[in-house]
Amino acid sequence: MAITEDRPLALEAGTVTKVAERPLGALTRPQSDVGWASWFTTVDHKKIGIMYGVGSLFFFLFGGVEALMIRIQLAAPDGQFLSESLYNQVFTMHGVTMVFLVIMPMAAAFANYLLPLQVGARDVAFPRLNAFSFWCWLAGAIFLNTSWFLGGAPAGGWFAYAPNTSVTFAPGSGMDFYAIGLQIVGIASLVSAINLIVTVLNMRAPGMSLLKMPVLTWMLLVTQFLLLFAVPVITIALFLLTFDRSFGANFFNVEQGGSPLLWQHLFWIFGHPEVYILILPAFGIISEVIPTFSRKPIFGYPFMVGSGIAIGFMGWGVWAHHMFASGLGEISVAAFSLSTMFIAVPTGVKILNWLATMWGGRLRFNTPMLFACGVIAMFTIGGLSGVTHAVAPSDTQQTDTYYIVAHFHYVIFGGSLLGMFSGFYFWWPKVFGHKLSEKWGKINFWLMLIGFNMTFGPMHVLGLQGMARRHHSYAKEDGFGFWNGIVSAGAFVIALGTLAFLINIWLSARNAKRNPVEVGPDPWDARSLEWSTASPTPVHNFDVEPTVEFQDDWWHRKWGKNDEGKVVRKAYPEDIAQDGSATDVHLPSPSYWPLVLSLSLPIIGYSIIFTFWLLIPAGALFLAGFLGWALEPADDPEAAHGHDDHGNDDDHDADATADAEVEGASNV
Amino acid sequence: MSEATMPVSKLADATPAEAAETVTEHNADQGGHGTTTGISNNKLMMWAFLGSECLLFGALISTYLLYKERFTGFAEGLAPFDEDGRNIGPRFGGENGEGVFDIPFTSISSFILLGSSLTMVLALSAIRRSEYRSFRIWTLTTAALGSVFIAGQIYEFTEFVEKGLGFSTNIFGSAFFTLTGFHGVHVTIGIVMLLATYIMHKQGRLNSDKAETVEIVGLYWHFVDVVWILIFTIVYLFPQ
Repeated sequence: MAITEDRPLALEAGTVTKVAERPLGALTRPQSDVGWASWFTTVDHKKIGIMYGVGSLFFFLFGGVEALMIRIQLAAPDGQFLSESLYNQVFTMHGVTMVFLVIMPMAAAFANYLLPLQVGARDVAFPRLNAFSFWCWLAGAIFLNTSWFLGGAPAGGWFAYAPNTSVTFAPGSGMDFYAIGLQIVGIASLVSAINLIVTVLNMRAPGMSLLKMPVLTWMLLVTQFLLLFAVPVITIALFLLTFDRSFGANFFNVEQGGSPLLWQHLFWIFGHPEVYILILPAFGIISEVIPTFSRKPIFGYPFMVGSGIAIGFMGWGVWAHHMFASGLGEISVAAFSLSTMFIAVPTGVKILNWLATMWGGRLRFNTPMLFACGVIAMFTIGGLSGVTHAVAPSDTQQTDTYYIVAHFHYVIFGGSLLGMFSGFYFWWPKVFGHKLSEKWGKINFWLMLIGFNMTFGPMHVLGLQGMARRHHSYAKEDGFGFWNGIVSAGAFVIALGTLAFLINIWLSARNAKRNPVEVGPDPWDARSLEWSTASPTPVHNFDVEPTVEFQDDWWHRKWGKNDEGKVVRKAYPEDIAQDGSATDVHLPSPSYWPLVLSLSLPIIGYSIIFTFWLLIPAGALFLAGFLGWALEPADDPEAAHGHDDHGNDDDHDADATADAEVEGASNV
Repeated sequence: MSEATMPVSKLADATPAEAAETVTEHNADQGGHGTTTGISNNKLMMWAFLGSECLLFGALISTYLLYKERFTGFAEGLAPFDEDGRNIGPRFGGENGEGVFDIPFTSISSFILLGSSLTMVLALSAIRRSEYRSFRIWTLTTAALGSVFIAGQIYEFTEFVEKGLGFSTNIFGSAFFTLTGFHGVHVTIGIVMLLATYIMHKQGRLNSDKAETVEIVGLYWHFVDVVWILIFTIVYLFPQ
């Protein structure tokens, strides 16, 4: 099919691909990959990764503001800050935003930027599909949030239990936005998962067998497989919900015999693998950070990989522990209790291996390492409270209380998000060519860690005292006032920590501009292939495709054992790293069509919610995008490439502009 | 010690042209020889996608099975089984209470769809042997058989609605139309893909050296057929 890329990513130097020219009017093939407009047409996995990162950080602020609104409302008894209806919308959108618009795309940012580099490839397998995934995600994210202005945001909680979501109980269009918005975001995840799976399986550098891949690559690969199989299940659940709400189907209509429990099953068959989709990328990130800052190889690499795969499999057999209170029957409850306890084993293996990696290592506590240690400690707390949920009698007591809220924030914030921050600090020099400030990094870390524990630690107590989640307010006599005050104060400390991160980005970029310091290809003495090329990564990634001999191959090129068995330096990274100066590397050409195609999806969404007349422009846009894509050759022989220096065409200052672009992005 | 650093330092000294050549060698072929697994990217993408589709139809079929059972228990008078426990579909057929299903009709259209898998195989085999005339014939035949199946489905849906079983009539209607409708959409997409390969071939962009594209379309087509075997058995043939 023409929709896929069937041309080699790198063409032989000097040859011109013979393809029929197809003039496409205003949307002729974009020729430049520099300048602001190039961000809209880029198919470069690095630029797409940066855009995912910027997008997810933007929505992190958005979801953070929603969290602060919740905490202002609950800071004292009988809060008056938000109305009941608005409160429902805010907590629902907080959950939806943080899960689908923050953690998942943040993981996608790392996956997009790092997977091709870590396996030694030039780009992902399908660069235009990759751009489509990003625009599709962004379109879905914006679509979801337009609900605020178009009759109210979704208010049924992020897991949207039926029959609360039926037209009877949720008459506005909020739940329609939820169902269709997540559908669009889901398409993005699915396409991206397929793309990255093919990339990792098929585009590894010579010598990189599966068991020589970095742990991060492995964890991201497992994540993509989880997405591949989990997304279709929520796709169906959301379709059923849309059919019910918009076309009069009876799936969750109890009067007709529809089963609300079906929604719970479908949602959590997706939802529990989703939990691992959120956490495994962070596990992978700190599995790169900890060995680097301990100056030791990861302890028990095969166990590290194996436990990740085991989590991937077992994650499918525990979903009903979200439903212990729904009356599943004794056998189901017993079985899911057991499987839930068992899944703690591979997770425990990982924690042990991280600690064993650090044991006896020469530790350096730079900011990435601090965040990684934070993950180990906080995730262990969250994991332990998770084991208490495996005990069904205890779980039925805790269901729908703040104890649950405390638990999943310890794993998602304390695990996933802190892990991503570790990754930001670790790979920042690789992406932008300058480090983030250590001073501000440490301020960021400690504010976040302290604020985090102030916010979510006391929630355990509140939950055990019986405070129900999702309640708009509580009475003074309930006695929840004291801890809620602490919790709300903690939320603002987290906000300060986030502010420190933003200040850090801004100051570090400004500093780097005023007195540029050569950061070098490998500032942390790290271990995987992305550090063997220049920083920031050249547009073609590698001048020469790397050849791999060992797990942690890059480290083995720098260090080796001498005759006495002592580890000694063999080479300095500056001497052996690729400098990114290769020319004549043909890369996939930029394209408008992924953007055009993805723009049609939210319009289709609006047409289902408001008027089917909108299907006319949406259909036209879809068709245009689809045909344009299909008829456009994957590679444009006429295109200018960033580091191409054949001929003196008008982009001789391409390099300077490209660097400015990167600077600009770092200021966001 | 120096051995490990050797490849990099050697390559770093290479001229750009040499370097580009090294790269080209590895990425030379997208037909599968240049990839790590030996399977081409496009084919691996289709396999991954079909893996995902299994869960999509799995969720739909589970929903149908659950709602068929709930419907049988819920709406006594409309139970979709006759006295002998045979599956006749929900009874909307007037006073004598015959079910909506027309098993012989659906069986025929099922066999037509299954037959299209055979013509798909013939189309692939023809393009591999560069027999373009028979490739065109078999591709169009496959698309035509798929279209007959879709026409049959549209006729069946209209019949059901006339007999009183609509999409929103009850939970059975919702589950039935959703499951079979999703399958119908998949067949339709398959027909579009077949026609696209035909057009590409007509334009001279698809010949025996790109036979794999036909193979990939074939993978999708066979998958959709296999799913129909499941759906047909579960929806129309399963007794009580």
